[in-house]
Amino acid sequence: MLTDPADFNKVARSQRERNEARSTKKSRTFDPVNQRTNTSTKASLTEAFDSTLYDRNGVDKYAGYNTSITANDDEDMDDAEEPNGRRLVGQYTATAAQLNEFAHGDTEESDILMNREEQAQIASRETDYQKRRFARALSPTRADPFKNGDNEGASYQDIMKQREIEREEERVNRIIEDRQTKGENGVVEHQATLKDGTANGASTPPAEKRRKRRWDDAALAQPKSTDTMEVDKADTVEADQGEPKRSRWDTAAAPGEVAAAPRASRWDTAGPVVAGGATPAPVTGLATPAHPSVGIPISRGFGTDISSRNAPLSDEDLDRILPSEGYKILDPPPGYEPVRAAPRTAALPSGYQGFIMPEAENNSMMGKQLPTEIPGVGDLQFFKTEDMKYFGKLVDGADENEMTVEELKERKIMRLLLKVKNGTPPMRKTALRQLTDNARQFGAGPLFNQILPLLMERTLEDQERHLLVKVIDRVLYKLDDLVRPYVHKILVVIEPLLIDQDYYARVEGREIISNLSKAAGLAHMISTMRPDLDHADEYVRNTTARAFAVVASALGIPALLPFLRAVCRSKKSWQARHTGVKIVQQIPILMGCAVLPHLKGLVECIGDNLNDEQPKVRMVTALAIAALAEAANPYGIESFDDILNPLWTGARRQRGKSLASFLKAVGYIIPLMDEEYANYYTSQIMEIVLREFESPDEEMKKVVLKVVSQCASTTGVTAAYLKEHVLRDFFKNFWVRRMALDKRNYRQVVDTTVDIAQNVGVGEIVQRIVVNLKDENESYRKMTVETIDKVISNLGAAGIDKRLEEQLVDGMLSAFQEQTIEDPIILDGFATMVNALGDRSQNYLPQIVSTILWRLNNKSATVRQQAADLVSRITVVMSQCEGDPLMGKIGTVLYEYLGEEYPEVLGSILGALRAIVTVVGIEQMKPSIKDLLPRLTPILRNRHEKVQENTIDLVGRIADRGPESVNAREWMRICFELLDMLKAHKKGIRRAANNTFGYIAKAIGPQDVLATLLNNLRVQERQSRVCTAVAIGIVAETCAPFTVLPALMNEYRVPELNVQNGVLKSLSFMFEYIGEMAKDYVYAITPLLEDALIDRDQVHRQTAASVVKHVALGVVGLDCEDAMIHLLNLLWPNLFETSPHVIDRIIEAIDGIRNAVGTPLVMNYVWAGLFHPARKVRQPYWRIYNDAYVQSADAMIPAYPIFDDELKRHELEIFI
Amino acid sequence: MADKLRAQQHLEALQARYIGTGHSDTTKFEWTSNIARDSLSSYIGHPPMLQYMSIGLGQPREKVRVQLIDRMIQPVGKPPEVQD
Repeated sequence: MLTDPADFNKVARSQRERNEARSTKKSRTFDPVNQRTNTSTKASLTEAFDSTLYDRNGVDKYAGYNTSITANDDEDMDDAEEPNGRRLVGQYTATAAQLNEFAHGDTEESDILMNREEQAQIASRETDYQKRRFARALSPTRADPFKNGDNEGASYQDIMKQREIEREEERVNRIIEDRQTKGENGVVEHQATLKDGTANGASTPPAEKRRKRRWDDAALAQPKSTDTMEVDKADTVEADQGEPKRSRWDTAAAPGEVAAAPRASRWDTAGPVVAGGATPAPVTGLATPAHPSVGIPISRGFGTDISSRNAPLSDEDLDRILPSEGYKILDPPPGYEPVRAAPRTAALPSGYQGFIMPEAENNSMMGKQLPTEIPGVGDLQFFKTEDMKYFGKLVDGADENEMTVEELKERKIMRLLLKVKNGTPPMRKTALRQLTDNARQFGAGPLFNQILPLLMERTLEDQERHLLVKVIDRVLYKLDDLVRPYVHKILVVIEPLLIDQDYYARVEGREIISNLSKAAGLAHMISTMRPDLDHADEYVRNTTARAFAVVASALGIPALLPFLRAVCRSKKSWQARHTGVKIVQQIPILMGCAVLPHLKGLVECIGDNLNDEQPKVRMVTALAIAALAEAANPYGIESFDDILNPLWTGARRQRGKSLASFLKAVGYIIPLMDEEYANYYTSQIMEIVLREFESPDEEMKKVVLKVVSQCASTTGVTAAYLKEHVLRDFFKNFWVRRMALDKRNYRQVVDTTVDIAQNVGVGEIVQRIVVNLKDENESYRKMTVETIDKVISNLGAAGIDKRLEEQLVDGMLSAFQEQTIEDPIILDGFATMVNALGDRSQNYLPQIVSTILWRLNNKSATVRQQAADLVSRITVVMSQCEGDPLMGKIGTVLYEYLGEEYPEVLGSILGALRAIVTVVGIEQMKPSIKDLLPRLTPILRNRHEKVQENTIDLVGRIADRGPESVNAREWMRICFELLDMLKAHKKGIRRAANNTFGYIAKAIGPQDVLATLLNNLRVQERQSRVCTAVAIGIVAETCAPFTVLPALMNEYRVPELNVQNGVLKSLSFMFEYIGEMAKDYVYAITPLLEDALIDRDQVHRQTAASVVKHVALGVVGLDCEDAMIHLLNLLWPNLFETSPHVIDRIIEAIDGIRNAVGTPLVMNYVWAGLFHPARKVRQPYWRIYNDAYVQSADAMIPAYPIFDDELKRHELEIFI
Repeated sequence: MADKLRAQQHLEALQARYIGTGHSDTTKFEWTSNIARDSLSSYIGHPPMLQYMSIGLGQPREKVRVQLIDRMIQPVGKPPEVQD
């Protein structure tokens, strides 16, 4: 009792402060009264800094204040009392569901704070289905039945047994789940079979006993019944006995406690053979190979969660539950040994020491200290926390001298793998090579036991996966049949790649499986994968089917066909049949038309499954047939003959999803048929298709649309038939606004309509949809325009009559004007229509032009841009319709808008001007070229690509067609501007600029242009020099080489490397362009080349060699052999160059000369070195020999050296 | 290192397509066999050449052709013994 008032006050104050602290929620003000003293000497960043400045023993001056502001004010608001329980002011706000709509689930917005590491992880972007791969674990090593001698590992029989058990387990789980969903408690109370000591055998039916016995065989003597039996018994017992009975175990304890108490399941105690789930129990000797550095792994067995239900009761638990009197603890039977220590402790990670208070001064912000350098590995690019789990051994600092060979080997592999996974590219390369080269010495076991767990890591990233898969691929190649025991493990890891979103991952996966099957052989692949075919997990079956398809493509379909046939007819389980058919479905998807030779076999294999009793099997069969027919198109109808009847009659019997798959198959088979059959079979199925038009199911809609488009594009189906039976329903159901809203439907409807139009003609279709152009829904208008665009561009506008034409143009114009978002689709549609109508659009031109002019002056930039784009699309038609005056008007307006500030729009305006110049010609152009060109010169300086491209095009056109309308000085000014364009990123712009140099040079003579260009050779930028060289080449070509060559050769005398190289480069381009004309300049240029070919600088000789190549190819057969031989003599010593670019150019030059002077002459040089004692000499000579052999083997026959007697070619000495 | 590997792959691809190509370790036997086979097929491939030879040998053209084809089997005798 507190008697002292001071003490009382103190307590009251601290109590008040505590209350304050609680009411202000997260306030963390440090208070020595109720918190431990912080031993740290450093200021915490998260706490109010000034808290220690004030004496806490005095009255808290903040008492009664909020010391922090809560982030979520609404909470306080919610607490506010509302009079009479309702608000006086109406509140309109979104529901919580709406507010949080984008916070979770599929619609979740990407969190920018989610760190990049996580984003890079493969697992983070996988779907739930793909994540099911983590539920699989590496299976035990299999025995290799083809190997003699000691053969460790699970046999086929073991695996099959295990699968059987898994299936049973799955079945039981399902029953439990069913019961739970039906509202019954999953843990059903045990029904006692004994009542007060009297036996009551009648309550347990014999059938149940049989099962019990079977299960108990494998398990240990366990007095408690298990869930399974409880379930099964509960079924029967509850049926004949009204009230549930309590188990004798429960009698003494509170019922609630028992229900909640953990029960041992037999799965936890399973013996060595019965391993739970896909993961066998991690028992040494048989189980998942634990990664050597992990120690005993945490069991991820049956239902990854170690829930209370599965955990066994400890002795203490039992003591509490059971009465101590009247019971006796029995000794376990002799020979029984628990395989598992109490799972609850085993579940903890190794090294776990209970909860540890985080240190006040931890550097968690810096991340845990990870080693960046591993002894014996060197500097890595990165080292992740997860890597420690696998590579931790490398840093334990153990003495390598004391290790066994096995341990050393293991560490060696570990080090190499770490280098491959985390190292820099050069490290990676050498490590990968070492792994590959030593693969057989390391052995399959040690290698895969380390690689495969790495691939199962959850935080794996793309790059790491790619590298590890690459390791497997290389190692596989070396290990060959040693790989057999590990085939299944590899499959477990690689199969998920087959359903990855990433295309390259899928290809990688296929490659590995294909190599694997070649290494292990068909028989072993089948015996390994067979147990997975009727696996309880659908994911496993699916991936196995895909893997099997890869095996089929690797080893040939015929080899696998007998097995497939057997699987598809399996009587034992429908899952096996399902998977078998799925394999057949995957094969054509993978191999395409390569299935054709085996089509009959494949179809026969699955034909019977069309009438399977399982709907899922029927469905997948229909899909497989669709895939086969798609791959076989347009051949192979005879292979499908047998299944036509079941398919068509089957389609009548199916409903829902399986009907969709049947229709899909039908749709793919009809295009294979001859005309009459196609017509007949279409009419047979169309009734159902028409009925399903109204189906609300998206999948069904997609299928029927596809079927209709496939039928319509088959020749046998007539237009009259379609018009009479299909069109009305089709337009009624699919040409509705709702269809335009969903992107996929939209596409499907447009494609189908276009396909129908191919059959029934333009008029019929356009007639029906033209009214939609004035619909109020924009996306519906867009869909209409796109369809009309496609139909008209495919079929022309001839089928459109006068009345329809008016409607169409009117509708298009209104759709064009009504757009709220400027869309290229509408623009395309409009342009296509005008171009298709041709001179029929004359009447509408004034209206169109006024629309364009109106829109060119619009406030919105995109509207202006679109208008200008439209001009450039329809100028051809306008000139056909004698619309020159109109174009003049548009031209003048466009000219006025050249001051446009948006580069995109400016580009379009320039494009429109160019289009007009192209059709009206330079002379008739309004505004005149004299006015136009000076306005273009400053625009040439614009850096925007689109502007650059369009101006250069326009300027080039003017320079080409009407250079005289502008004076030479203006052209020179343009030349200077053009030099900058040679630096453009886009190749098109550089090419256009080069061509324009040619035109300008032609117009004003080459001298001035050339001087400009030659000066430009001195600039630093390589790209600019290269382009200048090209431009010089073009100028030389357009103005004849003799006008350029003297100046160019004179420039070569400048003692500057860049210039000389530039000259050589321009010569190279020039000779490439002028071709045969070269023969007049060969002797003039030879001394220059002589000098260049004996230059010290490599690049110099390289460029000279490329000149030689082009000269030589130009003068083939023109009698310049002497000069060529001279150049060859200078070229030949360069053959020993090793730099790849140089040697390539040299070889090309020698090839060129070989063509010019004939093969035998050059071969005389080659014979000398083919069998030279020095390999360094032989190598390049053989390269030249090979090139000569590939290009002109026949010409070498007479040139081969003459050998001694028995090798002599006597035939050549025949003389008549 | 990488270049060497690439050159090696390149050569293998070339060799797969053109048997007559060689490399720095080609033996005399391989080279001369290829020369002989190429020559023989070249004679056959140029009908005027074949005609000329058949006249020179005084045998029908077809016979000469068959003889030439037969001679393509081990054209320069047995391969040399491999000694290790």
